[in-house]
Amino acid sequence: MRLAIREALLAFRRAPMLSALSITTIAFSLFAFGLFGLVALNIRNALRQVEDRVEIRAFIADGTGAEATSAALGDIGAFPEAASVKLVTQGEALDRARRELGEFSDVFEEGILPASIEVRLKVGFRDPATVRAVAKRIEVYDFVDDIRFGEEWVEKLHRLRNIATLAGACLGLTFAVVAIIIIGSTIRMAVLARSREIAIMRLVGATDGFIRAPFLIEGFLKGTLGGLFALVLAWVALLVINRFVVQATFFDPWMGAVGVIAGASIGLAGSALSVGRHLKRV
Amino acid sequence: MIRFSHVHKTFARSGVALQDVSFQVNKGEFVFITGPSGAGKSTILKLCFFDERPTQGEVKVCGMSSVTYKTTDVPKLRRRLGIIFQDFRLLEDRNVESNVAFALEVTGTPAAQIPGRVARLLTQVGLGAKATALPSELSGGEQQRVAIARALANDPVVLVADEPTGNLDERATRGIYQLFRDINASGTAVLMATHDLDLVRRSGCRTIEVNRGQLVFDSAADGGPRPSGPIKSLADDA
Ligand SMILES: Nc1ncnc2c1ncn2[C@@H]1O[C@H](COP(=O)(O)OP(=O)(O)O)[C@@H](O)[C@H]1O
Ligand SMILES: [Mg+2]
Repeated sequence: MRLAIREALLAFRRAPMLSALSITTIAFSLFAFGLFGLVALNIRNALRQVEDRVEIRAFIADGTGAEATSAALGDIGAFPEAASVKLVTQGEALDRARRELGEFSDVFEEGILPASIEVRLKVGFRDPATVRAVAKRIEVYDFVDDIRFGEEWVEKLHRLRNIATLAGACLGLTFAVVAIIIIGSTIRMAVLARSREIAIMRLVGATDGFIRAPFLIEGFLKGTLGGLFALVLAWVALLVINRFVVQATFFDPWMGAVGVIAGASIGLAGSALSVGRHLKRV
Repeated sequence: MIRFSHVHKTFARSGVALQDVSFQVNKGEFVFITGPSGAGKSTILKLCFFDERPTQGEVKVCGMSSVTYKTTDVPKLRRRLGIIFQDFRLLEDRNVESNVAFALEVTGTPAAQIPGRVARLLTQVGLGAKATALPSELSGGEQQRVAIARALANDPVVLVADEPTGNLDERATRGIYQLFRDINASGTAVLMATHDLDLVRRSGCRTIEVNRGQLVFDSAADGGPRPSGPIKSLADDA
């Protein structure tokens, strides 16, 4: 094992250009993948923020008793889809309208705005069908005058989310495949560059496992370095975007680690494949 | 130790390379394989170190049979052989020492033993003073000596050499040949392919001649080594 590690490190020293080239190639293909991941992540975050505002508002008829509303509040709060239920009294509605409308606030008179029950839904229950179903169930209360949940808006949001997810999956898969192909071929180059050495190792009686080990270590190291480098590139790209385009979020440490591990595994798998194929052929 | 029994070898692309070849090499023997180029000499040697498998018949080397062997056994066999080629096959980016040490490292020799053994091997082949030279800084004869030191690294029972002097001038050829004789004198068998008939004639060693894939002459056809037999020239055969 120590020898294998030494051979792997020696490979870097003996072919610094080729090693640098393959690390950069790995880095850039992972970077393309990562950049795309960043975009996807930020779109998802943005959509989630918008989605957080999905709510159902049931307007309560004038003169409804406090017991009736508080009973309804309890019932609705027990719906499995409901995240929070809130009563907005006439007074609160008026305050809110005044706040939102600023200088035109005097046009409102007390009592002009109805009280309402506001229901927010849990994550996963914000699709149009569920929202509509919950609204229907709230509508059955006698004292509910009117119910609103921005039907059109919820639907649009939902469609946007589906498109984003699908496009994300397709693009992500494409980038990942491209990254794997590029990484595989750089490692193949490294293997071919040392085919002479491999042939000699076999002649003097090295086992295939022994021959493979340094390449696997080399691939693993290259993949890890490439992954780290890609992460740095993505971070720099994010700084630029934050500065000049929009405020965007970066991967959390856990996702960053997954990226580096992905780089390492691709490096390892690419080497294993290339060396395996080479050893089988000769 | 090496036994060919009715060995046939056919290549998909170029057809029959060996036809019904049978012979045996015993412990400590020195055997030449001669014949015109394309006769099948290299193929015989490749069969010896299991780089090729016979299409028919059986090759048995150091107890390993081409009929029953497992691929994982091949490295074990090769550690008991020393293999030498016309083109030396050294690693150009490592010095003489490292080239020899390489054979010990890849076969799992304890690291502490390696420097001493390498020094002894280099002295044996007469290159004690060139340990840190790169192959490109050596003459052809010296490079072949490095290859021989590497082949000897794992104490082989037989050296298999494919035209080891093919790239060398007259003087270097004699030097390398003498080295092989010395190695043989200490008990290691040698199986050497060559088309240098002068060398073969002068040596008086056992000679196997192949032509167009067939064994046409073996100076020890009766089985035992014969110090100097009649050597049929290639012209007679044509
Ligand atoms: N790997 C191979 N693939 C196809 N044909 C081969 C291969 N090796 C050798 N041959 C053929 O087998 C025959 C014998 O070749 P070889 O053993 O190299 O001869 P020699 O070493 O006596 O010059 C030749 O006709 C050659 O073309
Ligand atoms: Mg040949």
